[in-house]
Amino acid sequence: MTEDTASLLYLDGICVSFDGFKALNNLSLLLAPGEMRAVIGPNGAGKTTMMDVITGKTRPDEGRAIFGEATDLTKLDEPSIAALGIGRKFQKPTVFEPHTVRDNLLLALASDRRARFTMFARETSEEADRIAEILTTIRLVEQSARRAGDLSHGQKQWLEIGMLIAQDPALLLVDEPVAGMTDAETEQTAELLREINRTRAVVVVEHDMDFVRALGVKVTVLHEGSVLSEGSLDHVSNDPRVIEVYLGR
Amino acid sequence: MTRGATRVAYALIIGIAVLIAGLNLALPETSALHPSTFVMSLTGKYLSYAILALSVDLVWGFAGILSLGHAAFFALGGYAMGMYLMRQIGGRGVYGNAVLPDFMVFLNYKSLPWYWHGFDMGGFAILMAILVPGLIALIFGWLTFRSRVSGVYLSIITQALTYALLLAFFRNDMGFGGNNGLTDFKDMFGLKLQSDAVRAGLLVATAIILCLQLALAQFVVRSRFGKVLIAVRDTESRTRFLGYRPESYKLVVWVLSAMMAGIGGALYVPQVGIINPGEFAPGNSIEAVIWVAVGGRGTLIGPIIGAVIVNLGKTWFTAILPEYWLYALGALFVLVTIFLPNGILGLLRARRSGKAEARAVAP
Repeated sequence: MTEDTASLLYLDGICVSFDGFKALNNLSLLLAPGEMRAVIGPNGAGKTTMMDVITGKTRPDEGRAIFGEATDLTKLDEPSIAALGIGRKFQKPTVFEPHTVRDNLLLALASDRRARFTMFARETSEEADRIAEILTTIRLVEQSARRAGDLSHGQKQWLEIGMLIAQDPALLLVDEPVAGMTDAETEQTAELLREINRTRAVVVVEHDMDFVRALGVKVTVLHEGSVLSEGSLDHVSNDPRVIEVYLGR
Repeated sequence: MTRGATRVAYALIIGIAVLIAGLNLALPETSALHPSTFVMSLTGKYLSYAILALSVDLVWGFAGILSLGHAAFFALGGYAMGMYLMRQIGGRGVYGNAVLPDFMVFLNYKSLPWYWHGFDMGGFAILMAILVPGLIALIFGWLTFRSRVSGVYLSIITQALTYALLLAFFRNDMGFGGNNGLTDFKDMFGLKLQSDAVRAGLLVATAIILCLQLALAQFVVRSRFGKVLIAVRDTESRTRFLGYRPESYKLVVWVLSAMMAGIGGALYVPQVGIINPGEFAPGNSIEAVIWVAVGGRGTLIGPIIGAVIVNLGKTWFTAILPEYWLYALGALFVLVTIFLPNGILGLLRARRSGKAEARAVAP
């Protein structure tokens, strides 16, 4: 990866506490444009809270989250952050179950989100092409007209990833994408994420070490709300502090 | 809902209304097939209720907003029409005052309150029947949806809204006739309100407006807007992360629904001949929710069926056992919730798809 002085995302001393419990404690993290990063850590390390801060769901007590040149995400709400080009995939697949697979993608496609537009919007041929393209990428062409609620767990995960691609974000946050997937599905998901990473930056939170190894990217280890170690998977898994946290003292 | 079913619904609504109105006007009163004026007005009343049910379904079935105060918008529209009908009485009131309605003379009003001006014009009154509920819904919705109030809490606030209006309209100094409300109407658009021709016209107009509203509601829920709305209903936070603002979507549909209910109320009042604060009673709004549940939430056509069937039942039941109606209504709600979670329309659809499956399986 070429070192670029400009960062895509810069978390600077983020602190979040819930009723005295410090979920994030002076967390700092730097993500380069086009980078893919895996974030690991034991339960309660603050992985999901970090995602919440970046997407505007949680407002930190201290610190800044600078996106791109100088946009401070901590001042914005969820829809504005989404509009800036940050997409998020949840741990539990959340697709719009009553809608067809196709309609799910249509709603996610980058376009005017205002009610006065969507009330009279007609699907354009560009939109139809984009949807067809994404359906191929996420391997759901056959399921296009099916109700999203009727998909299998793995297919829902892919649909949600497809919805993220449709949003055309600059940065994708993916929370435990392979939880509950079969080995074959896990393999295909890693491939899918690498494909996505060709055009945009990705942050993956994951427990599954085999999956992280399959991604083959820089790893950040979180512990008790701050960064414990950073580097290649081999580097961090040989770090004595990481071993202590994972194996107990 | 299929487009075919919608066409059947239009044909039935307009057909029944035209049939009753036509038979009433064409046949002599001695004929066995002559529907009485009472039956004609009763049908018009049911169809007005169907408009209210449709508006409730639009917000409850498609945006997940369980409004327990929608009858307030219906009543506001009714009051706007009632004010026009009061002004139409003119000098023929008991006190013979050409400008002031009877109750104002009785309460020693010296002049017409400012908000009664313009209601001598039918067009203005109809406009107000749409705008006033819309404005109140806009203020209410803007405050609640922005603060992300939803679910049971929102339902309770809607009850409070209709209850507050009930108390306000009961007051004599509000200038809306207090406890007695507005009544003794004589003319509408210069025609005698009690005449069969006007009654027939009102019934047919109600049927047509119900169909237009059904078409509007169908357009809204089938548009991309409607798809976002359903997404908001089921997973609101997910839509935010996609960049949508659920509060604006809810607000648009909420205001639209309130205006639809207002029109329903404006059609209701000339056909029943009275509007009083009782229409704001919280129980009325709850009844409207039951019509929707009985007919089938989220189906648009179902609530129309529900409103007509439950009210037919009410008319029949209150004639024989008036004091037990509320128990029957409560029991109906419980039974429908347990045995018909998708309402009458859900049952019809399940039957049909069951038959289709049986056909597909059969060799």
